[in-house]
Amino acid sequence: MFDALKELVNYFSDPKWSFTITTVVFVAALFWRRLWTNLGGLVMLVGVTLYFVVSMFDENFRLVVAKPDNVPIVMMVYFVGFFVWLSMKKAYDNDERIANGEPTFEKTEANDKIFTWPDLVFSEFICMVILTVLLVVWSIMLQAPLEEPANTAVAPNPSKAPWYFLGLQEMLVYFDPWMAGVVLPSLIIVGLCAIPYIDTNTKGNGYFTFKERRSEIVLFMYGFVVLWCYLIVVGTFMRGPNWNFFGLYEYWDINKVEPLVNVDLSEYIFIKMLGVGLPSFWLVRELPGILLLLLYFVVLPVGLTKLQFFKRYYDDMGASRFYVGIGLFLTMMLLPIKMYLRWAFNLKYLVHIQEFFFNV
Amino acid sequence: MTEDIERESASASPTDSEAGAAAAEAPPVKPTPAPVPARPAQEADVSRRGFFSWAAVAWVGFTAATGACVTAWGRFMFPNVLYEPPTSFKVGKPEDFPPGVVDERFKETNGVWIVNNDGQIYSLIAICTHLGCPPAWLDAQNKFKCPCHGSGYYKSGINFEGPTPRPLERARISIDPSDNQILVDKAQKYLWEQGQWEDPNSYILSG
Repeated sequence: MFDALKELVNYFSDPKWSFTITTVVFVAALFWRRLWTNLGGLVMLVGVTLYFVVSMFDENFRLVVAKPDNVPIVMMVYFVGFFVWLSMKKAYDNDERIANGEPTFEKTEANDKIFTWPDLVFSEFICMVILTVLLVVWSIMLQAPLEEPANTAVAPNPSKAPWYFLGLQEMLVYFDPWMAGVVLPSLIIVGLCAIPYIDTNTKGNGYFTFKERRSEIVLFMYGFVVLWCYLIVVGTFMRGPNWNFFGLYEYWDINKVEPLVNVDLSEYIFIKMLGVGLPSFWLVRELPGILLLLLYFVVLPVGLTKLQFFKRYYDDMGASRFYVGIGLFLTMMLLPIKMYLRWAFNLKYLVHIQEFFFNV
Repeated sequence: MTEDIERESASASPTDSEAGAAAAEAPPVKPTPAPVPARPAQEADVSRRGFFSWAAVAWVGFTAATGACVTAWGRFMFPNVLYEPPTSFKVGKPEDFPPGVVDERFKETNGVWIVNNDGQIYSLIAICTHLGCPPAWLDAQNKFKCPCHGSGYYKSGINFEGPTPRPLERARISIDPSDNQILVDKAQKYLWEQGQWEDPNSYILSG
């Protein structure tokens, strides 16, 4: 029975399934109040721990998860889960207080003042001591993954970035290095810095709430938990030799053959659909892709303002804030879109202008 | 010296037990403040000219030290011995490379594969054109595969899978007429997307 279950998990580990499932389940879970209570948190904690413990009996799972390098990722699963749970619980509790006409938890707490010394500094000191002990024990118990002297002609297979960059490395599979390595990471940082200037709504300042900021919280959590943390988990546990994809219980076979022949949009249009061969001039060749991108980045935002949901934001934020915000949002959504296009059509690039090293 | 002793006695007197007792009986008298010591004479004596001459010495010293550091750093850029393999090297005679075989002997030492394919012998530089990892030749699957992001190349070096935007690069290859050995020069590269693989220096015909 276990084998059948493992097969099932392996099958759904495939990114096109696991990414879809993670997205749907996570976004739906945010709206499920029962999950964000003490009982819900306990159930999730026990569930995840049980899953890890039972799975540890599988040799292939143990090889990957128990590797000293990968311990931080297991910790990340717990920490991200805990803090999402904590903030969502506080948010739901506050929403109920607000609905009953009571002051928020943070407001009742604001009257209790304590001293920096000893109350704050002392607990900081205790944290520091515990953390230091933990790091010392960790460094003694788990050996640093040192290998033979580096050789520029040989790369370990698979070659993985530091764990906190594995989301970026996953992005590199779907995008040109210039896009996934420079443009998108810069936009992540710039976009995060820009949030307070784009989103000037004061609801939720100084207190947790979900009801008053639903779309903003769902959007941010999607970007952080699914597009960043989940991709780190994928990069750590499911990317094996030759950067092939492996199910959680699958043996990392170096000779696994996966057909990954990728095709550009221009090749789809001109060769497969029109049957005329690729035009030699790059502008003509990439015109479909360029038009598609213009449609996505120029026509779509303008069109969205006609929808009631976005119209409200447009009126609140004003044109410049709205278009900058929606531009950043659409850039973020380019990643899942490109991932699905790759899985569904083996699409390589929408626009592939080798002549200028410009590929999207 | 005498000043100091006087000051000491002056400051010590109020704490003296006798004096304290006397002070308690007598009407309160303001204790006389200790005299302020005069500033050392030479400090006030620094003239404008003296200050600038010292500053000049300091600046010259600082500039000299910085200059010496920069010089040492610059010299460091040109080491006496280079442990890198030469970019131009001989790999053997054309007969050593049988048809259809990807020769991996020179990958570790010189970073190239020598491939005999379809009557051509050419040298592919073992650097992935995606982000610069060294790909691996998978004989069973007849392709080059990069371990970093999964880019794949045919035996010819043309990219066909994964995220890489362009084919592998070829190095200049020729036959040295003096000993009939194949000479590879990595300093000159031939790029497919610029049509340079047609260049007769990018391959040699196997006999």
